[in-house]
Amino acid sequence: MTDTAARGAGEASAVDPPLVAITGLCKTFDAVRALQGVDLTLAEGEVTALLGDNGAGKSTLVRCLTGVHPPDAGEIRFRGEQIRLNSPDDARRLGIETVYQTLGLIEDLPVWQNLYLNRELTQGFGPFQVLDRKSMIGHSRDILARLDVNVPNVRATVRRMSGGQRQSIAIARAANWGKTLVIMDEPTAALGVRETAAVEALIRRLRDAAVTVLLISHDMAQVLRVADTAYVLRRGQTAARRVVADTTGDELVGLITGALEGDARV
Amino acid sequence: MTDAQAPGHLTGRLSVGAAARLAAPIGVVAVFVAFFIATPDFLTVSNISDLLVSTSILLVLAMGQQLVVTVAGIDLSVGSNLPWSAAVLGYAYTHGWGLPVSVLLALLAGLAVGVVNGLMVARLNMTDFIVTLGSLSVVSGLTLLLSSGNTVAVNSGFLRDLALDGIGPVRWFWLVAVLGAAIVGFLLFRTRTGTYLLSTGGNREAAREAGVHVDRMRLIAYASSGLACGIAAVLFVARTGGADPSLQTDLLLGSIAAVVLGGSSLFGGKASVLGSVAGAVLLQSLVNGFTLLGISQYYQPVAVGAVVLGAAFISRFQK
Repeated sequence: MTDTAARGAGEASAVDPPLVAITGLCKTFDAVRALQGVDLTLAEGEVTALLGDNGAGKSTLVRCLTGVHPPDAGEIRFRGEQIRLNSPDDARRLGIETVYQTLGLIEDLPVWQNLYLNRELTQGFGPFQVLDRKSMIGHSRDILARLDVNVPNVRATVRRMSGGQRQSIAIARAANWGKTLVIMDEPTAALGVRETAAVEALIRRLRDAAVTVLLISHDMAQVLRVADTAYVLRRGQTAARRVVADTTGDELVGLITGALEGDARV
Repeated sequence: MTDAQAPGHLTGRLSVGAAARLAAPIGVVAVFVAFFIATPDFLTVSNISDLLVSTSILLVLAMGQQLVVTVAGIDLSVGSNLPWSAAVLGYAYTHGWGLPVSVLLALLAGLAVGVVNGLMVARLNMTDFIVTLGSLSVVSGLTLLLSSGNTVAVNSGFLRDLALDGIGPVRWFWLVAVLGAAIVGFLLFRTRTGTYLLSTGGNREAAREAGVHVDRMRLIAYASSGLACGIAAVLFVARTGGADPSLQTDLLLGSIAAVVLGGSSLFGGKASVLGSVAGAVLLQSLVNGFTLLGISQYYQPVAVGAVVLGAAFISRFQK
């Protein structure tokens, strides 16, 4: 019945290639060299944090990964196979979904229509396809309940939702359709303490459900709380990779600012 | 029949916001009561029948405008697209092309203007009100060129029957208008295309990120408005028996006013088909009642404009 139950839990074993392996990625905009050889590996089922100061290339890297900006050089391997992402549709076909800071929700549409935006279920055939509202509303409740997202009424418009609820809806949508990878761009930047905690709990539940997450964050404490691995970008290059269990917030901050020498380039 | 608003609206408390959504229906009731008290001629079967017939033309235009407003646009070319389509009908008919071909050409003429508007707005990214203001002028010039500024009579038995007859007491015009409203309501609230139109108007960037072809949606909206002008032109020629190149620019304001009165947001993303129907009826009732009361027709645009400004004021509270 549910279309997402068969997510790839347990598919990954030790011998499988990583979900995403990026090597030597470069991207130049006019005179600005945004990415100058980024290496990054996303292990399946893990939460990987992407750190870096403003202008370090985080956003550009994400846009390369979501097909918005095709890279100039370097390669992206997806489950071991080299891929070219020329449009957001290409990324979406691979099951890569992104939650931008703007969230991408339509305020005047109800929650269920946002969850199913451009993926509407219909009944009927040919030119007589009618929205299957009943199924979409029912499934929307399931989607939110599965991730323990507190939205009392999926038929209410997003306009009525709090900031935390909106963020949770956007993440739930991405997690529902992002069969392989969910990218989040500073998901708690605009939220209060309680809402931040709720969103972090949601990210942990995604990991428990074996969803691979790439998390962009400026909040070191948050990275230490929810991520397994952290990558630090500096001036368009990978400065360091750290296993979160073996690092500290101070070390990460030092790597971001350049106070500590990076060691990722071999 | 038509789902007036996004689900969830019905649960809203009676607030100023609710009053704004219900402005048009409340206004219709108020105007009907006022004119009923003022004159015995208003609430008669024949007057209401005629009132709804003249509302039909405005309603068809408003349905096209509704789609454009839904994608956060505005179509000002309505004011000259209707006379243009009517002139094409008159030209074709008086040149002996037969009624079916003439009607088809009128519809295509309206559609063509809409498609050109849509291409300029969606593909060339030009500002909507400048585009349609420009085509308002261009098309009115084309109309004068085509007709040499002359009114032509269209004597067609079919069109006369269309204007005067119906099924029992139900006039053909009403059926055309109700069908148009039903199609637009169905499209907006029951189909994928409708969801894409609403999301394009509600948040174009988010819709594009979700993979919605926002340019195509905007093109569809303007093309539909153009086609609506063509349909309205056929009704207009049927009702007046001719094509007058200088007619009826107040239908432009009327079509926008009906949509605004109905509670749709001019910023897009929020549509109310039943509201727009009520808005059209309200505006036409005002004109009709004033005429019956013998109030100078110079006051009519003042009253209609005041109602529109009032609606715009109330809609401030809708946020």
